[in-house]
Amino acid sequence: MAIVRPNKLEVIKEALDDIGCPSLTVTEVKGRGRQKGITEIYRGREYAIDLLPKLEINIVIPDGAASKVVDTIAKAARTGEIGDGKIFIMDVEQVVRIRTGERDHDAI
Amino acid sequence: MTEVGFLLLTFRTREIVYLNTEEHMVIAVLNSGDTAWMLMSTALVMLMTIPGLALFYAGLVKKETVLNTLFLSFSAYAMVSIIWFVYGYPLVFGPDVHGFIGAPGDFFFHNVVESNTLVGSIPTSVYAAFEMTFAAITVALISGAIIGRMKFSAWMLFVPLWATFVYLPVAHWVWGGGWLAQLGALDFAGGTVVHINSGVAALALCLVLRGRKDRSMLPHQLGYAIMGAGLLWFGWFGFNAGSALSAGPLAGSAFIVTNTSAAAAMLSWMLIEYLRFGKATMLGAASGIVAGLVAITPAAGFVNIPAAIVIGFVTSIVSYTAISFIKPRLGYDDALDVFGIHGLSGIWGALAVGIFASPFINAAGTGLAYGNPGQLEIQAVAVAATFAYSFVVTLIIAKAIDLTIGLRVSEEQEAQGLDQALHDEAAYHI
Repeated sequence: MAIVRPNKLEVIKEALDDIGCPSLTVTEVKGRGRQKGITEIYRGREYAIDLLPKLEINIVIPDGAASKVVDTIAKAARTGEIGDGKIFIMDVEQVVRIRTGERDHDAI
Repeated sequence: MTEVGFLLLTFRTREIVYLNTEEHMVIAVLNSGDTAWMLMSTALVMLMTIPGLALFYAGLVKKETVLNTLFLSFSAYAMVSIIWFVYGYPLVFGPDVHGFIGAPGDFFFHNVVESNTLVGSIPTSVYAAFEMTFAAITVALISGAIIGRMKFSAWMLFVPLWATFVYLPVAHWVWGGGWLAQLGALDFAGGTVVHINSGVAALALCLVLRGRKDRSMLPHQLGYAIMGAGLLWFGWFGFNAGSALSAGPLAGSAFIVTNTSAAAAMLSWMLIEYLRFGKATMLGAASGIVAGLVAITPAAGFVNIPAAIVIGFVTSIVSYTAISFIKPRLGYDDALDVFGIHGLSGIWGALAVGIFASPFINAAGTGLAYGNPGQLEIQAVAVAATFAYSFVVTLIIAKAIDLTIGLRVSEEQEAQGLDQALHDEAAYHI
């Protein structure tokens, strides 16, 4: 699972296409880490907004491919500024392809 | 020759106009150009409420309350539509009773359309429809102050009570030949009748209703509000230029000053924000537009272009100050700034008529700038009277509803958002 800047989505998708790993799920999220928030003003009142828009990208891959995919995403998503995001690597117990019922490695 | 001396002073006199000049009597005749324009203006003013005002307000609220906010404007418009033609119109424009109200009659508008009478050069039916849209938007405006916490049943009860006991008398005083008209008060399109009236009522109502727990304004769809402001600007040409009741030079003059004041006020608000925060905001600009339109409303048929620029420019300072400094200090929860924008810009505009009214634009009005300080005094009386009456009677109506069916939703409903709580609806689904 990767939390990245919204404007990096296209670059990330292209990079994943290039390594033959196109499948992903994207969710719009809000979050904060160490990046400073922003100020918004409505009718003369200032509001401190500390939850910033990010994208959460979820990809499920065979264990062997993990480090390559992680490196690819990190390289594509990086700007060098605070707020680039994080990648979380997690175990997945089972995978099912809904259309066919295939399981695990056949389903990825 | 009977002596019937009605001088067309306030452009809102009823029935056929007689000008008695010793030798002959002149009776107004139907003018299809005027009538066409007035039909169009009526539709334009309707657009201001639906969906102009509805969108302007709805975009500013949180997404769980957007439908209720729209509903307040729509329901007000529909209820006033009926009230007006069942009994409302004659109470404003019927024969004057002690300066306070028009004589009731013509229930369900009985025989009025069929009898083909005129008001000036347009059919009574068209005139009445035009005036109805003003009554409707005045009530709808109040809704901006109470969003997020008022019971819908309480609003449905408030609308007819307020329209009947506040709008009808005040409209009669100023436009129906009542005591303020007799005093010589000038209000071209509704500075007192619409804006001060609704702004002050909003203040009174929100004081009885009390404030929301969460008073943050984080508009869920600011685009709606901006579109609403655009529709209001467009429709306002019907509101102000239509109040000339004719398709001619006075309408043209009103059209220009309306646009000018809106533009000047928008730029003024932007300047204020730039000086204060270093950035202009779109919502601020939209708020300036509305403030400018409000302020020019009573003056639209009386002032020239330089006056319109001043009126618009100053009004943003007035309303911005009220919203940003006075409201937080006094702590009332006028959620969408109905009093701040409509009330206070309306007061400035009504007084500005007393300063800037030019007899060269309209023979009916001469202000301080043209050597007549008396008009300003009369305007001040009109402002004060409208303010006092609207505030007190609205307070009474609000309290009465609160003591009977209750005004406010529960804490849980307020937190949940009114769309689900009051209407079992949601504007957005995944």
